[in-house]
Amino acid sequence: MAELYRRFGSGLGTLFLALVAVWLAGMVLAPNLMMIDYAFRPNLLPAEIGGPRDVYSLDNILYLANESVHRTIFFKTVWASALVAFLTLVVCYPPAYWLAQRATPNHTAVVLLALTIPFWINEVLRTLAWYILLAFRGPLNAVLLALGIIDQPMRWYGDAGVLAGMVYAYILFMLFPIYNAIESLDRSQIEAARDLGASIWRTHWRVVIPHAKAGIATGCVFTFMLAAGSYVAPALLGAPGSRWFTEIIYNWFFEGGDWNRGAAYALVLLVLCLTVVLVTLRIARVNLTDVAK
Amino acid sequence: MSQSVELHHIGMAFGQTRAVSDVSFTVGGGEFFSILGPSGCGKTTILRMTAGFLEPTEGTILIGGRDMRGLGPDQRPTAMIFQSLALFPLMPVWENIAFGLEARGVAKRTRKAKAEELLKLVALEGLGNRMPGELSGGQRQRVAIARALAVEPQVLLLDEPLSALDLKLRQRMRAELRALQKRTGVTFIYITHDQSEALAMSDRVAVMSAGVLQQVGAPRELYDNPATPFVARFVGETNAIPGKVTAIDDGIATIESAYGPLRGRAGNGLSVSMAAKLYVRPEALEQRPDGDGYLRAAIERIDFEGAFALAHGRLPDGSMLIASIPSTELAGAPSIGAPADFSFRPANAVVLSDG
Repeated sequence: MAELYRRFGSGLGTLFLALVAVWLAGMVLAPNLMMIDYAFRPNLLPAEIGGPRDVYSLDNILYLANESVHRTIFFKTVWASALVAFLTLVVCYPPAYWLAQRATPNHTAVVLLALTIPFWINEVLRTLAWYILLAFRGPLNAVLLALGIIDQPMRWYGDAGVLAGMVYAYILFMLFPIYNAIESLDRSQIEAARDLGASIWRTHWRVVIPHAKAGIATGCVFTFMLAAGSYVAPALLGAPGSRWFTEIIYNWFFEGGDWNRGAAYALVLLVLCLTVVLVTLRIARVNLTDVAK
Repeated sequence: MSQSVELHHIGMAFGQTRAVSDVSFTVGGGEFFSILGPSGCGKTTILRMTAGFLEPTEGTILIGGRDMRGLGPDQRPTAMIFQSLALFPLMPVWENIAFGLEARGVAKRTRKAKAEELLKLVALEGLGNRMPGELSGGQRQRVAIARALAVEPQVLLLDEPLSALDLKLRQRMRAELRALQKRTGVTFIYITHDQSEALAMSDRVAVMSAGVLQQVGAPRELYDNPATPFVARFVGETNAIPGKVTAIDDGIATIESAYGPLRGRAGNGLSVSMAAKLYVRPEALEQRPDGDGYLRAAIERIDFEGAFALAHGRLPDGSMLIASIPSTELAGAPSIGAPADFSFRPANAVVLSDG
């Protein structure tokens, strides 16, 4: 902070600090505090707000605990998000390793660019692309039918569609942390493992993965949080049987008209995400500062 | 526990770049063999081809008489010690050492016992549970050696493993490596750009330059009888005096130089009227104006090196002459700025043709 004042002088320095403070207070702190406030208050008519019935309680959260459909969807969202993180890891690890250790610098540049270009397009539109690909009369079914792999078109919307859409949407959030981690591994470590007779599997399990642990944990945390908070993929690629918890929250706000219950649901999701992140980092023995890198 | 390594007409090209051309030599079983050369001379490429990380584009490599073509590093009876050592930083020392056994499916109890045994061999008893990062440079060096020996290789390949150590430690590790090699009887192939390291440790040394093998021989042989101008210059200090061969008589060649006729032992393939250079080591120059040829140089400076001093003189045509003077005789050294006469015995000089 002294550095900031030294560089920009007291006037400009104070202005910067004030802007950051306003941003933190107005955009981060206030909405979250309001959400917490909403979550513990009942949904009342405007006339009753501030009246004798406007008291703090756990009613909204208990409602979720007792409502079996919502509860099921909540837990399903949790494990399905973990599944998304795991599948994204499985998809991303091999190319990340290849890019970081095997590819020539030219190949790396071309492939990273090719991977990044689709992300210049909005997430909704990218998901819409999957919506078209997976349609009942869409290209995927047409190809599979033509190859004789299936003899009836399949309905891909639902769990499979949501999973595919999310894994695709979050590839870069997994790929880059792992790529960065593996890139810093000294090539001769891999060669030494091989020279000592280790199989490819053992080399990865004992040498590459332990080294890339922080990157893997970072990627998994990102992907899990994004998946749990995702709305577009389940809304577009889902089916009634594959509802996501975010859709329920949306419904409370915009269809049920009960912001308080919606806020309570959102708060539960937030707490869950924080717990998962902290537990994962603890298990992987990674610091939050490593993730922030 | 010792197999020979034979290289037959080995060549290696990376695209348009030729790293190694037509190299052949045989390393005997149980021999301490060094490959010496400046960086980029192809010595590491040869080591990596022997280890199986690279497949030569030409020629064959035999280890223990067996053709190694198509065998990966995990299938060859070799173990490599990397320049960076490549210890696994997240494994304790004993797991590092036992990693090769782990890869072979050896039970944990046996692995641990074997690691203890090897720690004893390299004098690191009781450090098995440390992490590599907690060890000193010399200790890490020994862990790398123990890890390579754990898989009981026939041939140990060492890629400049001492280059990161300071001088004193390097000298101690040289002696340790040498003793370890004698004790285990494993064939060592040692890569280095440091000629004193190669001369001090090896049974035999191969000198390489620009991908071409220059000479293979015992350290003394390389020093006293360099086969090529490159070896004469690269192994030890030398003075090169150009001239033209006027006579070869009983193995002694006479060249006509800018400073009169000079005589030295004739190198291979030398014949009369060839352009050649006479190579004479600084320690072969004696300060006396007799003999059949002497060199008069104006002394510019004397560098004191400890056991000896190097007198840098300038010959009449402006080229440099370096003579070494033992520290015990410094009292009689020429004074700076004054001319001094140096002569040498023909047996202590060698004449090699240019080109």
